[in-house]
Amino acid sequence: MPDLLIELFSEEIPARMQARAAEDLKSRVTDGLVEAGLTYAGAAAFATPRRLTLAVEGLSERSPTLREERRGPRVDAPEKAIEGFLRGAGLSRDQLESREEKKGTFFFAVVEKPGREAPDIVADVLETVIRNFPWPKSMRWGSGSLRWVRPLHRILCILTDEAGAQTVPLEIDGIVAGDTTEGHRFMAPDAFSVTSFEDYEAKLKRAKVILNPSERAETIWQEATNMAFASGLEVVEDRGLLAEVAGLVEWPVVLMGEIDEAFLGLPPEVLQTSMKEHQKFFSVRAPQTGRIERFVTVANRETADHGATILAGNQKVLSARLADAKFFWENDLRTVDRQGMKAWTDRLADVTFHAKLGSQAERINRIAALAREIAPFVGAKPDLAEEAARIAKADLASEMVYEFPELQGVMGTYYARAAGHDDAVAAACAEHYSPLGPSDDVPTAPISVAVALADKLDTLTGFWAIDEKPTGSKDPFALRRAALGVIRLVLVNDLRLHLDRLIDAQVLRHQIDAKADAAELRDELLAEIAKHGVFGSAVRTVVERAKASAPAWIEKITNHDSDLSEDLLSFVHDRLKIHLRDEGIRHDVIDACLSRNEHAPDDANVGKDDLTLLVKRARALSDVLGTDDGENLVQGFKRANNILAQAEEKDGVEYSFGADVKFAESAEEKALFAALDAAEARIAPAMKQEDFASAMEAMAALRGPIDAFFEAVQVNDENEVLRRNRLNLLSRIRQICLGVADLTSIEG
Amino acid sequence: MHASSAKPRSFQEIILRLQSYWASKGCAMLQPYDMEVGAGTFHPATTLRALGARPWAAAYVQPSRRPTDGRYGENPNRLQHYYQYQVLIKPSPPDLQALYLGSLEAIGIDMAMHDIRFVEDDWESPTLGAWGLGWEVWCDGMEVSQFTYFQQVGGHDCSPVSGELTYGLERLAMYVLGVDHVMDMPFNDPDAPIPLSYGDVFRQTEQEYSRWNFDIANTEVLQRHFEEAEAECEAILDQEDVDPKTGRRIIMAHPAYDQCIKASHLFNLLDARGVISVTERQAYIGRVRTLAKRCADAFVQTDAATV
Repeated sequence: MPDLLIELFSEEIPARMQARAAEDLKSRVTDGLVEAGLTYAGAAAFATPRRLTLAVEGLSERSPTLREERRGPRVDAPEKAIEGFLRGAGLSRDQLESREEKKGTFFFAVVEKPGREAPDIVADVLETVIRNFPWPKSMRWGSGSLRWVRPLHRILCILTDEAGAQTVPLEIDGIVAGDTTEGHRFMAPDAFSVTSFEDYEAKLKRAKVILNPSERAETIWQEATNMAFASGLEVVEDRGLLAEVAGLVEWPVVLMGEIDEAFLGLPPEVLQTSMKEHQKFFSVRAPQTGRIERFVTVANRETADHGATILAGNQKVLSARLADAKFFWENDLRTVDRQGMKAWTDRLADVTFHAKLGSQAERINRIAALAREIAPFVGAKPDLAEEAARIAKADLASEMVYEFPELQGVMGTYYARAAGHDDAVAAACAEHYSPLGPSDDVPTAPISVAVALADKLDTLTGFWAIDEKPTGSKDPFALRRAALGVIRLVLVNDLRLHLDRLIDAQVLRHQIDAKADAAELRDELLAEIAKHGVFGSAVRTVVERAKASAPAWIEKITNHDSDLSEDLLSFVHDRLKIHLRDEGIRHDVIDACLSRNEHAPDDANVGKDDLTLLVKRARALSDVLGTDDGENLVQGFKRANNILAQAEEKDGVEYSFGADVKFAESAEEKALFAALDAAEARIAPAMKQEDFASAMEAMAALRGPIDAFFEAVQVNDENEVLRRNRLNLLSRIRQICLGVADLTSIEG
Repeated sequence: MHASSAKPRSFQEIILRLQSYWASKGCAMLQPYDMEVGAGTFHPATTLRALGARPWAAAYVQPSRRPTDGRYGENPNRLQHYYQYQVLIKPSPPDLQALYLGSLEAIGIDMAMHDIRFVEDDWESPTLGAWGLGWEVWCDGMEVSQFTYFQQVGGHDCSPVSGELTYGLERLAMYVLGVDHVMDMPFNDPDAPIPLSYGDVFRQTEQEYSRWNFDIANTEVLQRHFEEAEAECEAILDQEDVDPKTGRRIIMAHPAYDQCIKASHLFNLLDARGVISVTERQAYIGRVRTLAKRCADAFVQTDAATV
């Protein structure tokens, strides 16, 4: 059983592509080998900046011989048919067998596909893999046509068994596979040959190359933390950066340096971002103060002066970079000092947000209006929420954010404070972007919540209004993320909002020209819609008043089609289902809380637009369905519902009222009457108080009586009076249960 | 090699060493292009010569202008006018990385003491309709060069592929010479009878151009010049291939390309004046790219491009 070793040696592979490339090499080669009939015991892949390596253990020596039997035409078939068969099988007439079967005598061809030797298979597979490698970006070089991530220089490909190593015969565009590689570009550049993976890995280490990326990362992290610890400091953890740095070196040498005193006054985010983005430095901070005081850089070599020259160089580069950052910081602070945030908000009028959605300034106006309307529901003062919304994106025009876009918001908070804004208003600059992902922190400060919600709802309604919804894997405006942001903001803060009203108001705000006439009336009307919905009586009063002055936009409101808002709300519900799935709440449970069954009582609490209520109810339902009673209750309910549905269809009536206990014959039937009375008495007030757990519990308590009833009683009795009474009884089950949730939506 | 392994003492010595190094490797030593450009890549010896099948090897210094980078001569290493050293070899030789590292040694960077790294940096010039893959080369954390394998220029696939090296001369020289502020860097030999610093040569112009670029340049005039350059470029390329006077086939790719370069620089000036909005920016870049593509289309039809 030989072992296979492959190394593809190239010019420097981008760090971000290495891990994926190693995995791709492994899966594509092993898949190819298996497909060609070989087996193997195990495989491992590694990457360094200059090499992709694959080690496959226990490869079979050859693929098995395959014997295939094909039945041909009858022996007395026309000559042409026989010739065709021979051509297809690649045999001559004397190689065919003839066999007698029931339907006559037929020719048979026995084709043997001989097994192939492992080296031939490996050569074929590797060539295919190299020529079709899924690099995110690949290139040509020189006069060749081969594509690789950067010029490919060597291919090492050997099979090793007890007898020794054998080079696999392979040539791709002039590169002949061999058994040699080379070490570290500067510290051990000579080529050397290897005989096995163990030999290869050991010789590489002697040649100053650590093959395994996790070993390099581990080394870097250990040394960095030790060094920082020795100075009473700590390294700011950054796994992404660690992986990247480990992909930039073959022989990591960790060095710690000081940051010039002149720059220690810069905000820590600026220091950290500048060092990370430009220099790939780790930040090192004082644990007590959180102040960033030093940096860690990782060199790719040892030097006679133990890195002193390298560190001095890095320090100098850092100083130049930070001088730039300081220049931006001081310029920005001067701007704020002279003109406040207005200097920048004015400039945003010239910056397009989206061709169909206007400038950043127009967007900010919309967000500010909505933030104002949301404020009372989240416990924020409307004036402050509006003020925060107006400055939240101002820093997009600052010099620092122009240079470091990832500092948007963070800089805004610093600058807003410098401009004299309230701390809570300033904080909203940074916080209103959150949450950015499923694990990002959710803001809880009321002003930040108001602006964050307004921002996300404006984005969603805007792109819905211009019909740029996400499709399949395409979501260029991150609308799924925005919807999830809305959901998490509402749930984490336990907000009670009528989302549909806010959506309606903001959709209309998008549809009505920002420069519309009768602006005050428009704002009043939209605020009213946000508060009480499009069907509120106050809205009608304002509309009547507006008609008098007949602004051009009034038709937009009177003809408002809520389909768009409904569609957006159901998009939010879909994201909610995905969000709750991680909590173990099934999508059908949410559907049961979302849909309102036609047989449900009028006061069934639906609350589709109130996510907090919806989730509370879904959680309670999910909990109860997890119990034995709950699960069986659903079965009992469905049985009752089916019998009813059939009877209603047959009889052409709806059974809803009039079940009378006096017609009850058996104890089980009487017990069900009693149980339904008891359940009803508990469920109605519990639902009203949004105590869903109690309501669900009361409903689940019906399981026993319902089961017993079906066990003992025949619903479709010959006596029509009894039958009708029982059907009406079943309809009580239906009505009570549907008042809690639409159990017909529950699967299973 | 012994003389060159001693540390260079001035900015110009570094340039001279690069010149003699690349001359010794067989490159034609060209001179700067006589127009305002944003980078050495704009020199037709790179942009146009990267196209077509004819082999090419050239190196040159190119004064480059980036109006938005002006800092009135105060920033230690930001300048609105600076020098790039540019090498273009087609087809890219297999040992181009080694050749490049040799050039660093030639200017006195001791490979045993420094940390040289090739860090992914894919190059793209939206105005030239060009892109390539490669790296920025770091020396002790500082970007000292751009190393690119051209894949496309002016919308044309490069075949064969050119290898392009661009050195930011001031930054590289400051590092080699151990200078912290560009204006303090010795331009000629510090022991010369009249020693000149970089500041002696350029401080005044940096101030003057920073003021002009940011606040004075007449945007209406710039705007008009842009339109004119664009129109002239199109007009040149609209001519018949055959010159009616000489009866020869003369495709005027280079004169047209001059107008494209002009338009590109005028766009940069307008940008520095802050009068171009984000959406307009894209439109301007698109207009220059259209010119660059037409120039490239024209060049590949010329004898200089075909074998």
